[in-house]
Amino acid sequence: MKEAVADRESPVAATAANTRSRHWLVVFFGSTVGKKVVMALTGAVGVGFILLHVSLNLLVYAGPATINGADKFLKSTGGWLWLARAILLGAVVLHIVTAYQLSRMSLGSRPVKYQQWEPVGSTFASRTMRWSGVLLALFIPLHVLHLATGALHPHFVPENVYRNVVSGFRVWYISVLYIFAMCLLALHLYHGAWSMFQSLGFNHPRYAGWIRPVATTFTIVVVLGFISIPVAVLLGAIS
Amino acid sequence: MNLTLHIWRQKNTRSPGRFVRYEATSVEREMSFLEMLDQLNEKLLIQREEPIAFDSDCREGICGTCGMMINGVAHGPRRGATVCQLHMRYFRDGDVLRLEPWRDKAFPVIRDLVVDRRSLDDIIQAGGFISARTGSAPEANSIPVPKSSADLAMDAAACIGCGACVAACPNGSAALFTGAKISHLALMPPGQPERARRVIHMVTAMDQAGFGNCTMHRECEAVCPKEISVSFIAQMNREYLRANFKEREVVAPTAG
Ligand code: HEM
Ligand code: SF4
Ligand code: FES
Repeated sequence: MKEAVADRESPVAATAANTRSRHWLVVFFGSTVGKKVVMALTGAVGVGFILLHVSLNLLVYAGPATINGADKFLKSTGGWLWLARAILLGAVVLHIVTAYQLSRMSLGSRPVKYQQWEPVGSTFASRTMRWSGVLLALFIPLHVLHLATGALHPHFVPENVYRNVVSGFRVWYISVLYIFAMCLLALHLYHGAWSMFQSLGFNHPRYAGWIRPVATTFTIVVVLGFISIPVAVLLGAIS
Repeated sequence: MNLTLHIWRQKNTRSPGRFVRYEATSVEREMSFLEMLDQLNEKLLIQREEPIAFDSDCREGICGTCGMMINGVAHGPRRGATVCQLHMRYFRDGDVLRLEPWRDKAFPVIRDLVVDRRSLDDIIQAGGFISARTGSAPEANSIPVPKSSADLAMDAAACIGCGACVAACPNGSAALFTGAKISHLALMPPGQPERARRVIHMVTAMDQAGFGNCTMHRECEAVCPKEISVSFIAQMNREYLRANFKEREVVAPTAG
């Protein structure tokens, strides 16, 4: 027992000094709890964006005039669109940087691994958050270059969203890539859209029981909405 | 029944450990898991071998001293029970079991299955004092407490500090333990005067000890012998936000 006891500085004094000597905001954002708040708030920006994005995408079923009109309206807002893009980019960057910092701490917290460890409470989604997150981070720029700027789209027609979607998804492997990415999004959201409420401390008994079913429903609806479009193009339902 | 055990043997914190195979023979169904190990140790002593070191004290599931990983699950296969309350009827003849100590940077192995959990005490100590009237006990009902708060505080206070939550967590996080300790005082009147300062210091101490951070896997909740709910982790997060952004007590210049 003795050797583990030796040479320990007073942790209580160190903790007090740690919280006293630094600005409270530095303490807050330096803590694991503060960083989870950043994860949850930036994740919530993502959730809001995803909801808007899927709603607009589904206008594709209303025909070219509707979805192209919606696109034209968004672009006509000018500065507001750029503000929204800046917020989104900022949120994604903060989300990734914080995820990296938190993951480093967690991965360093068990220097000697278990020979055997069995999951009894976690889900596949929760255990793959880092993988789904990193792969989504790779997918996002590809998607922007493909359907937003057109740099990766061989038949890109500026200002014709409908055409670009249809001609883009006619290439089967592009559709497969998008569907795979949306499955990753499903995993990330299944855990994240529930976990963010915990991170922010929302769990009043009045609504705590609703968070899991709402997050699950949200994930299923959003992801099926996204996936339906490449499927519809491949099946020839929209052309 | 007879069992094959692969047990982690490690001489001290600095030396490397390894698994050693043992046969536990004539094990009775009524024995507790620790009694099964006692029996094996007696056999080892007779053979002049070093007995297996493991922690225990009350052996009735209330002190939080015992604990080990059994086949990759903290406290073994019985839900809501410490390893001292796990009886051999949960196993079958011929079972092969792997016994490992809790593993976390903040829980160095002292010997075999015994780890140093003082980092959990450090978190409690960082929480500091509560302002309580000393002297004669006050009249019992002079401080009204809502029944729902008393019940919740009782649930949180059930934590025995065994460390299974940390051991089971893929992130090596102590959020369930810390959340339970923060919540049980935050929910009761005597915990109010130092409420903000306490959560800030306890979260700082938790981070300082080298634990990982909670990503809500809920492994802790599943292995906790006292079935502490992860809603206390949400409460810790809420308390921390409240202390930083709502509570007006001057938090910064006070030592804990
Ligand atoms: C499509 C955009 C994304 C959305 C909508 C999103 C959403 C979320 C949400 C809501 C959370 C839960 C926050 C919490 O637990 O407090 C979360 C957690 C996380 N995200 Fe994302 N995320 C996105 C992209 C990414 C990317 C690109 C990464 C890349 C590294 C990433 C990595 C993580 C990690 C590691 C966590 C923490 C794991 C956990 O809490 O279990 N996410 N995400
Ligand atoms: S929360 Fe449960 S598992 Fe964690 S230390 Fe307390 S009693 Fe043990
Ligand atoms: S020895 Fe006290 S809880 Fe197991």
